[in-house]
Amino acid sequence: MEKNKKRLFGMVAALLLVLFLLLLGFWAANRAHENKRHQDTLERVKKTKMIHWGVKTDTKLFGLVNTKSGQSEGFDVDLAKALTKQIGKQLGLELTPSFTPVNASSKVQLLKNTNIDGVMAVMTITKERAKVVDFSNPYFPAGNALLVRKDSGVQSIKDLNDPSKTILIALGTTAADTVKKEAPKAKVLALQDYASAMQALKAGQGQAIVTDNAILYGLVAENPDYQVVGGIMGYAPYGIAFDHNQPGMVKQANQALESLEKDGTYNTLIKKWFSQVPGLDLSQLEVQS
Amino acid sequence: MTLFNHYSALFFSGFGYTILASLIALVASLILGTFFALLQLSKKRFLAMLGNAYVQFLRNVPLLIITLFFYLAVAKVIKMTGFVSGTVALSLYTSAFIAESVRAGILAIDHGQMEGALANGLSYGQAMSRVVLPQAFKVALPSLGNQLINLVKNSSILAFVGGLDLMYQGNLVAASSFDTFTSYLVVGLFYLVLTLPLSYVMQYLEEHLQESR
Amino acid sequence: MTDFINALTQDNLSYLLQGLGITVAVSLLSIIISLILGSVVGIVMFEKIPYFSSLVGTLNNIVRNLPLLLIIFFSYFALPQIGIRLPVFWSTVVAMSFFEAAMLSEIIRGGLDAIDKGQFEGARSTGLSNRQTMTHIILPQAYKKMIPPLISQLISLVKDTSLASGVVLADLTFRGQVVYAQNSHFIVPVLIFMTFCYFIVNYLLSLLAKHLDRLLA
Repeated sequence: MEKNKKRLFGMVAALLLVLFLLLLGFWAANRAHENKRHQDTLERVKKTKMIHWGVKTDTKLFGLVNTKSGQSEGFDVDLAKALTKQIGKQLGLELTPSFTPVNASSKVQLLKNTNIDGVMAVMTITKERAKVVDFSNPYFPAGNALLVRKDSGVQSIKDLNDPSKTILIALGTTAADTVKKEAPKAKVLALQDYASAMQALKAGQGQAIVTDNAILYGLVAENPDYQVVGGIMGYAPYGIAFDHNQPGMVKQANQALESLEKDGTYNTLIKKWFSQVPGLDLSQLEVQS
Repeated sequence: MTLFNHYSALFFSGFGYTILASLIALVASLILGTFFALLQLSKKRFLAMLGNAYVQFLRNVPLLIITLFFYLAVAKVIKMTGFVSGTVALSLYTSAFIAESVRAGILAIDHGQMEGALANGLSYGQAMSRVVLPQAFKVALPSLGNQLINLVKNSSILAFVGGLDLMYQGNLVAASSFDTFTSYLVVGLFYLVLTLPLSYVMQYLEEHLQESR
Repeated sequence: MTDFINALTQDNLSYLLQGLGITVAVSLLSIIISLILGSVVGIVMFEKIPYFSSLVGTLNNIVRNLPLLLIIFFSYFALPQIGIRLPVFWSTVVAMSFFEAAMLSEIIRGGLDAIDKGQFEGARSTGLSNRQTMTHIILPQAYKKMIPPLISQLISLVKDTSLASGVVLADLTFRGQVVYAQNSHFIVPVLIFMTFCYFIVNYLLSLLAKHLDRLLA
């Protein structure tokens, strides 16, 4: 009798657990569906009086953590602060910026998941990405370039169009497309971040790094044995990314960006960060009025 | 399901690299682990200390740090890919745990067996490799099995160093499809295909060995 | 050597040590939560309730056989897709507690199995209820036996928090990566320093385990 009771109890409990798990599954599927529904970023910003920006932690000149403050510092961060203030002015609100560290592979995920409102993290505007996020107007003129050892003899990416060559890129960047177009025969190795890519280049795991010119200049500043060759492959400027279908937020950001370019704030920030890069002509970056 | 069809080539290639890394690391860590277990049990105090230091050191440091060390520092001197540096780190890390299992196995074997074998004219090396070690492995089998499961799971560390494994490919799929939920579920299923059968075999062996004792 | 001095400036050093603090905080929180969860699951598996226990055991096995890295990524990147949005610190704690609870429940079930069956009968014959027997007689003994394996689990937790650097938790490992992003000459010194930190914390824990083992034996 006792045994039968226990058996019955076990069966009921097991059934309840299965039922619970099934319900959980349905709930999750439902929530996933609901969550794909539109959420207005601008409304959220107005309500919370904050703009959450995703910024880099390991990219010199754009977003590198200062270990004293624990905060990212760089052109992206300063521009995001200025934009937050400007957007606040436009909306007649006092907005506070907040910064969340992102890496190349997590930035769009976090945007989609609405952990952050905007991404200001050396992100190139591409058609492919524009299908899943909204971009502001370009905020920084960038393009892919090639970094090689000074004594390597490589003059352009065409020299690497060979199955015996490996080109290094960072995960989730546009470099993959550039390499596919310019050197389709070369092998490609995608690494977690630029520091790993630089390390891999030094270790001889590849013959070159392909990534944005501005980032390569940051690497050259630290590694004088290396140089940028072959010019810029395609103009591929950086943009601020927002979640998909956010015309309100994008309009505010574009308007704010234009104001900052007009009142000279933009050029001041360019000077602040890029005058330290050897071999970079600042007038290429500054906005001409 | 559509996600899986679309990206199945990536998933399967990652699965292959995960298996390859696990197999290489398994063989390497068994050899290294046995060697260091013997070193730990050596009568010479210096050798025993050396063995101990090796095991204690590797057991108390995260696998990721060891991997990064090979990937970022050692690879500067000896050129190797992310896959190789990850697999080397995985082998060393696992060898410390295997050394502990094998050592416990050897200690569990009756001391008399060694003496008996020696008395029969076998050398120390012969007695160890022919009499004691085979039995020690048998005793240590369940715990070695657990280490193998951990090894397969830990191979996901390769994702940090561009190691082309299942986790690495899963991240790529998640990043390009934006369906993170499904991508990671698929990755999870692939891992379970490897680890679940292993774990049931181990449970069976554990019960079986207990009975025969 | 100069790389060492340049890499470990006072600012960088205190930045890294704060990271160690986060590592320890995540580990402690996770071990406490997973101990509670793991006890419940462990007792269910030990009780061998028909159907229910084996179902729970199977689910538990599935969790145990997944890589922790996958669970950490899942909890940070995938859960928000069903509306569960946690800051990275808590998402890591959730992932680690979930995974560790599955590991601990096995240890707890093993600990309970190792206790003499006669004790149950003895305690019950003195008039204690089932639940009283469990909480007053059996569990304290089981926990005592389980302290050494628990500490070794805590050691793996401390090591495994390093995986959360992949979702940008500002732990010791992530902060190390930030410091050597300043200058690639810092890589080796920073890695050595991180190794040293993890080793000291874990080695002290393992000494504690040994000490307790001797004390309780």
